[in-house]
Amino acid sequence: MSLLGIAVLVLGFVLRANPLLIVLAAALVTGLAAAWTPGADAASLGQAAVATLSAFGKAFNTNRYVSVVWLVLAAIGMLERLGLQERARTWIAGVHAATVGRLLAVYFVLRQVTSALGLTSLGGHAQMVRPLVAPMAEGAAEARYGPLGDRVRFQIRAHCAAADNIALFFGEDIFIAIASILLIKGFLEQSGVAVEPFELSRWAIPTAVAALVIHVARLWLFERRLECTLGRKERGE
Amino acid sequence: MIALPHIYVLGGLFFAATAWFTGRDERNPHRLRAASFWTLLAVSFLAGDRLGDLGNGLLVVGLALLATLGLGTGGAPTSTVEERRESAQRHGDRLFAVALVIPASALLGTLAAKNTPWGARLIDPAQATLVSLVLGVLIALVVVFAWLRPRLHAADVAVLVPMREGARLVGTVGWAAILPQMLASLGVVLLSAGVGKQVGLLFSEHLALDTRFAAVAAYSIGMALFTVLMGNAFAAFPVMTAAVGLPVVVQRFGGDPAVVCAIGMLSGFCGTLLTPMAANFNVVPANLLDLPDRDAALNSVIRTQAPTAIAVLAVNILLMYALAFR
Repeated sequence: MSLLGIAVLVLGFVLRANPLLIVLAAALVTGLAAAWTPGADAASLGQAAVATLSAFGKAFNTNRYVSVVWLVLAAIGMLERLGLQERARTWIAGVHAATVGRLLAVYFVLRQVTSALGLTSLGGHAQMVRPLVAPMAEGAAEARYGPLGDRVRFQIRAHCAAADNIALFFGEDIFIAIASILLIKGFLEQSGVAVEPFELSRWAIPTAVAALVIHVARLWLFERRLECTLGRKERGE
Repeated sequence: MIALPHIYVLGGLFFAATAWFTGRDERNPHRLRAASFWTLLAVSFLAGDRLGDLGNGLLVVGLALLATLGLGTGGAPTSTVEERRESAQRHGDRLFAVALVIPASALLGTLAAKNTPWGARLIDPAQATLVSLVLGVLIALVVVFAWLRPRLHAADVAVLVPMREGARLVGTVGWAAILPQMLASLGVVLLSAGVGKQVGLLFSEHLALDTRFAAVAAYSIGMALFTVLMGNAFAAFPVMTAAVGLPVVVQRFGGDPAVVCAIGMLSGFCGTLLTPMAANFNVVPANLLDLPDRDAALNSVIRTQAPTAIAVLAVNILLMYALAFR
């Protein structure tokens, strides 16, 4: 019965309801399903609903730290106002070897290596991708192929976000003190299996290498496709 | 010592400013709803500890309903394209230097809080990165005003300008800003209702996992699929590992638990790349980058990630099969 909450997640997904509403509904249904018995009356179900809502409210309050990161946007917004994105565009246009594919491959490697060293907060969509990486990638493409159409511009931006995510995910687990490694260690300890964080992070390396090879190959293909469709801008144009 | 409560006050003020600027944005047809949404979040940050559990629960109901009705999009005033070009030329690479102040502070603050006595006295070591990140924002803003001396419009109050610029960006992120916090709370409720055990039973009753490869594939793919639903590999990991990873792959077939769990978690990350429920990774950037299909179930960030995610998941199954049973 307590799996009804998961069913609500799936249903909400299919119906494309607002995710905040889906999550809240899934929590309430889980609480109600756990309290439901064939003889349950409205009063006891109402009580269960209130108890679940309280539990959710309590968890929401303790998890506020998750949403603190948005404060970063005050500084990023201020720098954008002062022309940070424009500066990033002109800077990269001056680097003649820069292409979208090479730029994102370099960012991917830097992001993966720094994440593997535990420096996950060096990147991110609000701090790096919107203010710096995306304008640079667009700037590199414009310098090479001239003005971009909307479709290509949005493809390039999506690639910037993807490079940040993939490099982070398949880099961070190599660092021994990252949350996911500690979660695995804690879970295994509760189940009576002792492992060292070092053992876990060591086995994250093969996947990290595979992700690097696969994604850099895809970035190379993306650059090739851009070159085929847009053609290289003539020098001096 | 600076700890989370101080940061929450700052966050509350920031969301209150967001509510104020959103409410005055006449280009947003739903500005009242949007302003109410950010006001509720500000109340949560400023007074959440005094609302009581049910009060916080009702506040969340309000947030979810307002988000469902729609917050609209506006056009908060900022600098014009010409002003930005001119400013970019005037400040040059100093803009990059200020941008790097934030991650640098996050890094140095974390190191100082964990390794030095004075650092631990200044920054709560338990929340070192978060506190240092917010301090980095404040330092960056001080540097902006003291070093770059931005030209402001006559009507602007200096302290409010970053708040308004931040509000503009938070407005683009929209309700997705609190989805991660909501999912974390859902995890707490699911855990206390024993959902993990139920999923384990479901798996063991309905799937014949009688070869090593079937077990490895079921665990890895299960991690990815459950992560797609939960939006978070951390929520899927205890459920799927207790259901299939430990009892079948490790105990029945003798897999190495370190290999199985490490690669199992990374299979979950492949799921994170594929789901709109992982809002902070897949929806927030689509909003921040103004992608036109940001509200689609599979927006272009997810579609761009999908080939890599699926390929890495396949590699993970092979790697676990090859490495766990040496």
